[in-house]
Amino acid sequence: MSFTDTFLNGEQKLFKHATLTPMQKLTLRFVVVGLVYYLFAAFEGMLMRMHLVTPEVMFDDKQYFAIMTAHPLVGIFGSSYSIVFGAFLFLVPFLMKKPLWSFKLANWTLWLIAIGTFIFWFAGFLSHYSPLYTLYWPLPADFTQFSVVGGIFFILGIAIVMLGTVFFVINIFKTIAYTPEGFEKQPKGVLRAALGFKRMKNADGTYTVSTPVAAIARGTVDTALNAGIIIFTGVLILIYMIAALLGQDLKHTSIDALLYKNWFWWGLDLIADGLVLIFVAGTWYLLATLITGKKLFMEKWARVALLVEMIVSWFVWSHHLMSDQAQPAFLKIFSGEMLTAFELITQGLAFFITLATLWQARPLKMSNPLKFLLGGLLGFALAVPAGIMQADLGLNRILHNTQWIVGPHVHVAILVGLTMTLYSAIYTLLPILTNGAKLYSQKLANFHFWAHLLGGIGMGAFMGMAGLNGMLRRTVYHEAEFQPYMILAALAGSLLLLSFLAFFFNILMTIGLNGLLGIFKPSKLKKDILLP
Amino acid sequence: MVDSSLVLYGQTVAYTLYVVVILLLMIWFGYRITSSKEASVVKPALFYSFVSFLVVLGVSLHLITHETIPWKPLDLNRDKVTPDKVFEIFIKDHTFILPKDTLEIKTNELVLFRVHSSDLTYGFGLFRPDNSMVFQMQVIPGHENDVLWKFLKPEVFSIRSTEYSGWKGHNMMIPHAVVVN
Repeated sequence: MSFTDTFLNGEQKLFKHATLTPMQKLTLRFVVVGLVYYLFAAFEGMLMRMHLVTPEVMFDDKQYFAIMTAHPLVGIFGSSYSIVFGAFLFLVPFLMKKPLWSFKLANWTLWLIAIGTFIFWFAGFLSHYSPLYTLYWPLPADFTQFSVVGGIFFILGIAIVMLGTVFFVINIFKTIAYTPEGFEKQPKGVLRAALGFKRMKNADGTYTVSTPVAAIARGTVDTALNAGIIIFTGVLILIYMIAALLGQDLKHTSIDALLYKNWFWWGLDLIADGLVLIFVAGTWYLLATLITGKKLFMEKWARVALLVEMIVSWFVWSHHLMSDQAQPAFLKIFSGEMLTAFELITQGLAFFITLATLWQARPLKMSNPLKFLLGGLLGFALAVPAGIMQADLGLNRILHNTQWIVGPHVHVAILVGLTMTLYSAIYTLLPILTNGAKLYSQKLANFHFWAHLLGGIGMGAFMGMAGLNGMLRRTVYHEAEFQPYMILAALAGSLLLLSFLAFFFNILMTIGLNGLLGIFKPSKLKKDILLP
Repeated sequence: MVDSSLVLYGQTVAYTLYVVVILLLMIWFGYRITSSKEASVVKPALFYSFVSFLVVLGVSLHLITHETIPWKPLDLNRDKVTPDKVFEIFIKDHTFILPKDTLEIKTNELVLFRVHSSDLTYGFGLFRPDNSMVFQMQVIPGHENDVLWKFLKPEVFSIRSTEYSGWKGHNMMIPHAVVVN
């Protein structure tokens, strides 16, 4: 096949979009949207890296902070939420062997997240609305710095994403609990069993709700709570914005900044220390069992750890307020230090259980799903202890808000830990979702793996070194104070961008341009069947 | 009191060693699961030992830092300590307002920095001439924000806001604002 032919029709013309079920197409649409937004986030990340090397060359600091505000939100909501929600809306019915509760609602989730992300990104890009994702009160309502109209569109965009998230939550819980027409009656209490509050097994000793579905259910609880807090906070900020539009200046002091910081971090932390860890652990378990074809090692403990992780995630928010001197010492020690340390245990358990499951199935072929899974495990093995260290009252005093936090902890967790786990899932699901399409190039997949791994760890490491030398995370240094570290971090970041472009090209050549466009054409097959 | 640069050095060494170990472990693991000819069982005892190790590690880390990082117990008990000197610092409209142009401190003095914000959330940190951080804290409007610190040797520090307060506050810094004689 010529290059042009492959580019148009995919590797060996194996991908035929007309054979896809509506569910397969929907899942692939989620993945495409997620990857496009990943490209947005990666490109924005590179722009920021370059600004930190030579500030004010491409744009000013005002634009930089607008990018910094949108970048994590595009990455988390536009990219990770899209890919994860799409995968789970497919996997829950797939693993429970019944149709999705509502295909229509899932479609709404996709478009609400896609459109909402674009709205808040575009609002930030045009208006430079930049209170960062932390929204520390009263910064989001400081209209001496930010445009009210820009802010309204920004918050509306986030609200639309959250509405899509709520639809996802409803769909997941309903799918777990409902009995589809013509199916055997669902056992009573199946949702409670999924959440870990009821023990339920089949006659053959297997769990009625599989461990990956249990993980999805438990992570979805945190997703729901997080959406509630973000919507509540968004409404509050909107009230101030609408009042400002009407010429009224509401008092900022009506809201206690520390109380606000507590509830907002309580909700926000349910992503970083809740649903991400739970979803990732569940995905590791699923991938390990799919790769090996064996039962999960110590499955009972894996389920216990998932439940503990969910409960712990509701009580650890205070590690984000270790440097807030008005925060009660009890919360700093109990929530910030002690309960946060539980995450070392729960995530350590997930790490060990996944490795042991792989070990017991030796010898294994170093396939793409396996190598990316190992990369994902490595990412969290590096990032979780870095987080535990900064969640210490002594160390936090000299680490908080430095590049250490965003380097070895945040970016290594997200880029190496989470993203490599997602890549492993994508490489695993690709043949299932495409009815057997063949990957265009293994060499590109290998480059994708090594460039992403080295780029992710390298960028985190150089940011971390700058942080240990005093570089702050939300400050632009105009006197080249940390330039050598920033040059190295930018080089590592460009490796990440290159690795993604190689992956994107590889997937495009696998399914072809016509196949890609075909994913967005309606399927003629029935909506309640998952696979043809 | 141990200087914060020494604590950072210790942390750098510890974390770097950990990174090397975990990288080697994953390389070894990747090699062994693909090269071995036969499967082997992982004993539950290994699992329980690992869990016990994590529990001990999780608990001991904070105890160790409590005993080795001097500003940690000092910070927790700062309301019971009488400082040698108190500096009241105000922040408004992205500007630090200091009681004097230069805050002078004698070595081994226990100094309380009490920082007030009348509008936004800011940060307050002291930085050495090489830009490394001595310490920092958050400054929340409407609340008392204080940090107690002991200075061991003659040095000059800059004050910098360590929290983002909008694009107007990107350069909130006063060079050579604190002098330890």
